[in-house]
Amino acid sequence: MSETIELRNVSKYFGSVIALKGISTSVNAGEILCLLGDNGAGKSTLIKTLAGVHRPDEGELLLDGTPMLFSSPRDALDKGIATVYQDLALVPLMSVTRNFFMGREPEVGWGPFKRFDHETADRVAKQKMDEIGIKVRDPNQAVGTMSGGERQCLAIARAIHFGAKVLILDEPTAALGVKQSSIVLRFVARAKAQGLAVILITHNVHHAYPIADKFTLLNRGQSMGTFRKSEVSREDVLQMMAGGKELQELEYELQEFERTAAPPS
Amino acid sequence: MPSDPTPSASAAAAPSGSDERLREVSFLSKQLNKPELGAISGALLVFVFFGITAGDTGMFAPDGILNWSTVSAQLGLIAIGACLLMIAGEFDLSIGSMIGFAGMMVAIPSVFWGWPVWLAILFAFVGAMAIGFLNGYIVVKTGLPSFIVSLAFLFILRGLTIGLSQYFTNRTIIGGVRDVAEEQGDWLAPLFGGKAFQGFFQWLGENGWMETFADGTPLVQGIPAVILWFIALVFICQWVLQRTRFGNWIFASGGDALAARNVGVPADRVKILLFMFTAFCATIYATCQVIEFGSAAADRGLLKEFEAIIAAVIGGALLTGGYGSVVGACFGALIFGVVQMGIFFMGIDSSWFRVFLGGMLLIAVIFNNFIRKKVTEAR
Repeated sequence: MSETIELRNVSKYFGSVIALKGISTSVNAGEILCLLGDNGAGKSTLIKTLAGVHRPDEGELLLDGTPMLFSSPRDALDKGIATVYQDLALVPLMSVTRNFFMGREPEVGWGPFKRFDHETADRVAKQKMDEIGIKVRDPNQAVGTMSGGERQCLAIARAIHFGAKVLILDEPTAALGVKQSSIVLRFVARAKAQGLAVILITHNVHHAYPIADKFTLLNRGQSMGTFRKSEVSREDVLQMMAGGKELQELEYELQEFERTAAPPS
Repeated sequence: MPSDPTPSASAAAAPSGSDERLREVSFLSKQLNKPELGAISGALLVFVFFGITAGDTGMFAPDGILNWSTVSAQLGLIAIGACLLMIAGEFDLSIGSMIGFAGMMVAIPSVFWGWPVWLAILFAFVGAMAIGFLNGYIVVKTGLPSFIVSLAFLFILRGLTIGLSQYFTNRTIIGGVRDVAEEQGDWLAPLFGGKAFQGFFQWLGENGWMETFADGTPLVQGIPAVILWFIALVFICQWVLQRTRFGNWIFASGGDALAARNVGVPADRVKILLFMFTAFCATIYATCQVIEFGSAAADRGLLKEFEAIIAAVIGGALLTGGYGSVVGACFGALIFGVVQMGIFFMGIDSSWFRVFLGGMLLIAVIFNNFIRKKVTEAR
């Protein structure tokens, strides 16, 4: 059986810079793949390649086993790959409804009189937000009036509503508090249960490990391998991540510091 | 004592009426969130002011009304274009120069090259929109601020208008377009220079409901085409902006072009189309003027780009894009027309009009800024 989305030896260059080199990984429906890597590891380039923003210079991208080349983000979206970026792709000045359906407006009417179906849009937007426990008093209120967590959930709800097959999340918990993060992660797990293939980008192993099924580790544009959760422990993952070693050293140093600084009693 | 029953009555009404009071407040703040609020209340104020101070000057007689509504409609036409483009996050400073250039594109071929007038008009529309496309294409592809790119076109087009008209005709004012159109019995020209409902106004005059000249023609012979164009465009553009998918794309492109692109909105195409649309509006303005007055001049439309942008800003459009209203821009243009003609009717030195304009712009920008903060801050 072919995977929902698969990368084979994908490379991407920007001039003389090697952004990605020979990346291979895959994710199936009802699975969460976690892309781990420090800043500059190539996570952003990789998701932009998946989302149709960049074209791979080498290698191929397979959707349900068929090689694909996306001409634009819109094309990727139409083929069922929905991406939630860190900036959330929300416009603060626009209403919840207008944001929810931005680029995908439902239409009614005929020919030149085709119009944006505000009634349906308002109803669906409100319903979807209610489902994740965010009370929207008025779907016409500006997104700028919502909190960071609410905006994140709106962006994900929108992607799930339209992302038929693959959901790509770029650092969904980066700017959130503990409680808001758990709401978002629970939401991601539910998307998986609904049968979506989820690609989660993060550098927070503690957020990724509980819900991910497999991990792909990126370091300086190269893959350090893809592992099933059964094959690795949380510590292994942390160890392999760029900076994992540094963190460990820091821990030793801190322990040392505590020992020497503590007054003998 | 009248003061005695008042507090007791309000105290009695308070417990049961508290719900209604809450709703009233939310209704008010809902109105406050509409971008056109400032312009509509401003227009009301202006009408009240001139109704009191200039009521007896003939400003509100039929020909007076026609006077300021024509001025408002002309400005309104280009204000609509400027407004939609501003909502999409871009400026066009070449609107005024485009008016001069488009006027020449109608006049020179029809008077000097022997083209039928309808062909010259179509030529002007195609030419202007091609330049609008170029303008938008450069802005979108280079990523330069449209302020600078269209400023370049402001000078290029004005220079071309003067240079080319001298090259082809040896003059910068070209008359006789109306005569040519009437001679040919042109079918397209009346759509821009004609007057509608003439029979109705004739009938009003014959029945003594409207003053007539000595020869029996009524004081107002008909509604100028420019007003009808304006009204039609207001309805179409307001509908497109608020009620269609493309309207949502306009808001999205101006609110955050990157976000819009990431969810699949073709922001570049939206912006280029709107640059073409401002050129289209400027060409309607120019064609109406050329056909109605019969002449084109190379200095037509001077400073009109700023007036159009000011009208859009008074109408609630944000300079940063993503917010605004077509209806607002119309009321902005109406304020313009009424004040400009009101000052004229009252016999005040017209320099004061500019002072008023500047003041109005300042107030509008401060007010809009306040509204934007209110809309975008977390509650």
